[in-house]
Amino acid sequence: MSEGEPTEIRATDVAQRFGARTIFEHVSFTVAPGEVFVILGGSGCGKSTLMKQLIGLLTPSAGDIVIRGRTITGREGEAGRQAVLREIGVMFQSGALFGSMTLLENVMLPMEMYTDLPLSAREAVARVKLGLVGLGDAAALMPAEISGGMAKRAGIARAMALDPPLLFLDEPSAGLDPITSAGLDRLILDLRRDLGATFVVVTHELASILAIADRCIMLDRAARGLIAEGDPRRLRDESDNPTVRAFFRREVLAPAAA
Amino acid sequence: MPEARVGSAEPGFRVAELTVADRGSGPNAAVALEFAGQLDAEGIGLLWERAMRAARRARRQSLALDLSRVTLVDTAGAAFLIAIEAAHGGEVSLQGEQEQFHALLDRVRAAGTTLPPPVKLPPLRLRDIAGAAWRASANGIAFLGEAVLALVRLPRNPRVLRAQDLLNYIDQAGVRSLPLVVLLGFLIGLILAFQSAVPMQRFGADLYVANLVAISLLRELGPLLAAVILAGRTGSAFAAEIGTMKVNQEVDALVTMGLDPMTMLVLPRLIAAMLVMPVMTMVLDIAGLLGMTVVMMAFGFPLVTVANQVVGAVTLTDLFEGLVKALCFGAVVAAIGCREGLGTGVGPRAVGLAATGAVVGGIVSTIVLDGVFALLIFRLGL
Repeated sequence: MSEGEPTEIRATDVAQRFGARTIFEHVSFTVAPGEVFVILGGSGCGKSTLMKQLIGLLTPSAGDIVIRGRTITGREGEAGRQAVLREIGVMFQSGALFGSMTLLENVMLPMEMYTDLPLSAREAVARVKLGLVGLGDAAALMPAEISGGMAKRAGIARAMALDPPLLFLDEPSAGLDPITSAGLDRLILDLRRDLGATFVVVTHELASILAIADRCIMLDRAARGLIAEGDPRRLRDESDNPTVRAFFRREVLAPAAA
Repeated sequence: MPEARVGSAEPGFRVAELTVADRGSGPNAAVALEFAGQLDAEGIGLLWERAMRAARRARRQSLALDLSRVTLVDTAGAAFLIAIEAAHGGEVSLQGEQEQFHALLDRVRAAGTTLPPPVKLPPLRLRDIAGAAWRASANGIAFLGEAVLALVRLPRNPRVLRAQDLLNYIDQAGVRSLPLVVLLGFLIGLILAFQSAVPMQRFGADLYVANLVAISLLRELGPLLAAVILAGRTGSAFAAEIGTMKVNQEVDALVTMGLDPMTMLVLPRLIAAMLVMPVMTMVLDIAGLLGMTVVMMAFGFPLVTVANQVVGAVTLTDLFEGLVKALCFGAVVAAIGCREGLGTGVGPRAVGLAATGAVVGGIVSTIVLDGVFALLIFRLGL
């Protein structure tokens, strides 16, 4: 890590290839502590792939990723990855709740594995987490019995089970109605304010990006990499990249530019 | 266009017609395809082959598509016209087309109708097949090795093996399969005794049916049938459960929590299967012997005689041999089920494939393993 301001994540020249197909390459960025950092882009640009690399599910074809001072790529990556896993929480696109457990048990599971809290304490803490995401009265339900928006919120509660300083959210507002989606945005901002956690959010919902993001990077399929970085409001108003402009203004991109 | 649709109900009416006409002569010779009616999925179905043939035949001439009597072109019709152009390959002119067809044709053209070149599969070579088979079996062994490693590492962090899960799987794999095990064992004993009693009777050896059934059940059929039941009931269930978890990203969630799926998902299932298989085998043995006894008593042998015959025929070694085999079969069937589950691809079809693979793989490897055991026992002289 370089000296100067502290970073939660530093990605350098990251690339991902599947066989001969290059998803993206030369992707570099940093995430500062306490910010809401959004990875955005159109469908198929590799934003979910990039997140998989950041949370250690996928080893990049090239490049280095350093999370909270530990390198998770390369030869010593495995040890770094294992250490980092305790400091991150991940909410998957569909929630990925364990289907055989109630919501409460889902949130309790990480605590059961990593802490010595007695059962009653785990239950109490898990109830608080569920209450924070507005699911206090749904604790005893099974994942199959709840709606998509509730599953995502429960996924956030489970990601926060061990109070990690770094949270990854994969498409928190995709497929939700505008009110539920706005509620989730509110929740992310509240949690950031109350817990001081850093959020990395993958999304392509324009309203959500403008509401929550401190900074964002934009990936593009045609460019096979990063095409913009910065404050989304400034990107919307000032970017001269046609794809970025089209994205923020919901325009159809002229074929020549694509 | 509803008014055009009405006509299609009349007898003898074709929704679309095609007339091939030669126009001009000499260097100006052209072929005209004159269409009439509706160029929709129904209409082009009637015309497709003829139109393509005519277009290919007219390769050296210029081709005109006359749409003046066409009432409707939808996306299927537009694709049809573009396919005719492609089949002809040269200059094609459209005639008499109405304004509204124009925009649609342009859009369909812009959507691109060229197919990517077909992927050439490499030729199938024996060496590649052998290599794939070798890799597949190596993967299976590696998986078992990883499971053993997880078991060895377990004492370091025993809480990842949840007692509740283990009991759950023992119940699912063992306790709930007992009615089936009893029924199948009883019937197999019955059938085996009855089928062998007839030829044995000819030699006056029908008393020895008891020996035959007892030995074959305890040494061979008991563990084998129990393994088949386990593969069909439990191996497939393991594969489907883990496969669904994989598809729902639940396995990814475990990994990002730093929890090894091998320890969390595979180990409890593996241990449960290994624990229940000897019990299932024992129950199946007993049920089979009961079935055999029923037949023997129907043939007029008293219970005491049958019991004495069985006790004289088999030794404890026979029983233990069967139980040890059952334990190994249980491990292999459960491991294959879990491996298929963890190897599940994307989409709902993948879960079904995983379940099928678990049953087929479980039964095949059980029988192969049984052969290995037979060889081993013969060599060791047990």
